[in-house]
Amino acid sequence: MSGASETFDCRVAFAEALEELAEADPRVVAVVNDSVGSSKLGGFKKQFPDRLINVGIAEQNMVGVGAGLANGGRIPFVSGAACFLTARAMEQIKADLAYAGANVKLCGMSSGIAYGELGATHHSIEDVAWLRVMGDITILVPSDPWETREAVRAAAANEGPYFVRVSRLKVPNLPRPDGAEFRVGRAEELRAGEDMAILANGIMVHRALDAAEMLAREGVSARVVNMSSMSPIDEEAVLAAAETGAIVTAEEGSVRGGLGGAVAEIVATRSSCKLEILGFPGFLPTGSVEFLLGRHGLTAEGIADAARKVAG
Amino acid sequence: MSPSPDLAQPIGGDAGASCAERANWIRRRSIQMVYEAKLGHPGGDLSSADILATLYFGAMRYDPSNPALPSRDRFVMSKGHCTGAFYSALAAAGYFPLEELSTYMQPLSRLNGHPNRKYLPGIETNTGPLGHGFPVAVGMAIAGSFEPDPFHVYVLVGDGELQEGSNWEAAMTAGHRRLSNLTLIVDRNHLQQGAATEDTVSLEPLADKWRAFGWTVEECDGHDIDGLVRVLAPGPHESGRPLCVIAETVKGKGVSFMEGQASWHHGVPDKEQYEQALRELGE
Ligand SMILES: Cc1ncc(C[n+]2csc(CCOP(=O)(O)OP(=O)(O)O)c2C)c(N)n1
Ligand SMILES: [Mg+2]
Repeated sequence: MSGASETFDCRVAFAEALEELAEADPRVVAVVNDSVGSSKLGGFKKQFPDRLINVGIAEQNMVGVGAGLANGGRIPFVSGAACFLTARAMEQIKADLAYAGANVKLCGMSSGIAYGELGATHHSIEDVAWLRVMGDITILVPSDPWETREAVRAAAANEGPYFVRVSRLKVPNLPRPDGAEFRVGRAEELRAGEDMAILANGIMVHRALDAAEMLAREGVSARVVNMSSMSPIDEEAVLAAAETGAIVTAEEGSVRGGLGGAVAEIVATRSSCKLEILGFPGFLPTGSVEFLLGRHGLTAEGIADAARKVAG
Repeated sequence: MSPSPDLAQPIGGDAGASCAERANWIRRRSIQMVYEAKLGHPGGDLSSADILATLYFGAMRYDPSNPALPSRDRFVMSKGHCTGAFYSALAAAGYFPLEELSTYMQPLSRLNGHPNRKYLPGIETNTGPLGHGFPVAVGMAIAGSFEPDPFHVYVLVGDGELQEGSNWEAAMTAGHRRLSNLTLIVDRNHLQQGAATEDTVSLEPLADKWRAFGWTVEECDGHDIDGLVRVLAPGPHESGRPLCVIAETVKGKGVSFMEGQASWHHGVPDKEQYEQALRELGE
């Protein structure tokens, strides 16, 4: 079971991947907002001091500077706490990146509720919903270090604006067959199942796998699908999941407009599948990460409960 | 959680205590809160303690039993990450029980990591993302200017925080409107999260910037209470302009190993460091 294995902070995988890319391609630069430490870019700064552009505590400026760097032929990885990067710079993201099609890679660190007790201003549970409505920005929510690395590479390799959501909450590397490939726009079935399907992304995927294991012991065969590619989303995989008759979505984000919302848009118009959306109802009270996840059923047990409800 | 020894000390709410005693109490209490929560921003708590003590006990007119009093002077903690000091000051001022400070960042506590006006009295606006408090304070000052006897608005910003462009938009509005009931205080501790401000994106010449935006400027020692009392007296400012107080401070002031160290921006002391910090902060 995945719960037993060693766990990792995906920011480290992000930083390692970025250093490798920068080594291979001089166009790769990093742009930060007093966030060298919180983006784990101390090593990058040491290795490529003049390719690390710290604009100070100024997120709107940071995203605009990113767009300008892209115009000048660079591949900017604009990296800061996901909450400020998205909320503060939303119009820059909309006008300068998405609408203009700029080749800027936004990397939202410590997304979701990683900042726990620091409260709703520091939580980034709205980011996916906000960005998703624009359609013109690729949104990736990797589930583990391996996928974080792949997402960063994909962002560098493909033209256009990207948002990569990077968690600092520790997760295990998920079990994958040798030669597994990451592809933008494709969902990844991590466990086969026919009675119902759990669609999850980010830090919820390993919890979904644990939930499926619990359900299996009760004779319920649950499919687990990793929806790391939020935009574009794999509609075929969602519709295939809907054929089981029951879907639970689980995300470290708002219940409005994120993975649950995206799945609802697809299944409500094209199937009669039952759907249960797990996530946060809105601004959260004071509390630690585990407290808040537990309170909103974002645990293996919580997912299994929701599965019993829709599949029962 | 074990009750903290300081809770027995009434100084936070003692009407006879001096601003300096209260500032020291705020320092001790914030360190204790950070130690117990294992989270917080002690460096900026300590650099702002004298400013907060002066505002609440030597400058502002307010009534903690009537936090919505329309004529109250307003204080906006724009550097909202320094809740250790801010909550300690609010509790000492009588807005909520001193005992509640020990719930700092506990599940469902009203003392969230960043201040929320829906949770606690005495908080005028929610802060935490930097560069938000000042524009809101400008709006408050404009509202105050409609009153026959304008209330005064104080806003405390971090120096690193001034890199946010929203501040300079607010500075222009306030300068243009000659808001003489507005005082902005810069906690000029020269450090932001990762490094010195001047090594990140430099702010200097800072006083000239404010003057160019139509403000008057006072530069003072942010740890000298008498000087602070003098510059922070509620307006209206005779200049007919908003006032910027550049308070020279030391991040981590009062705890030797924290002073001037960027690493204590959000560092948490271990037991030994905690005990040493309390010893250095004396009684
Ligand atoms: C919009 C925004 N960006 C980034 C942060 C993260 N952050 C919190 S405190 C801080 C440094 C603040 O430095 P300064 O304003 O000098 O405060 P002080 O030294 O008084 O603690 C940063 C970057 C934030 N809270 N808000
Ligand atoms: Mg500072």
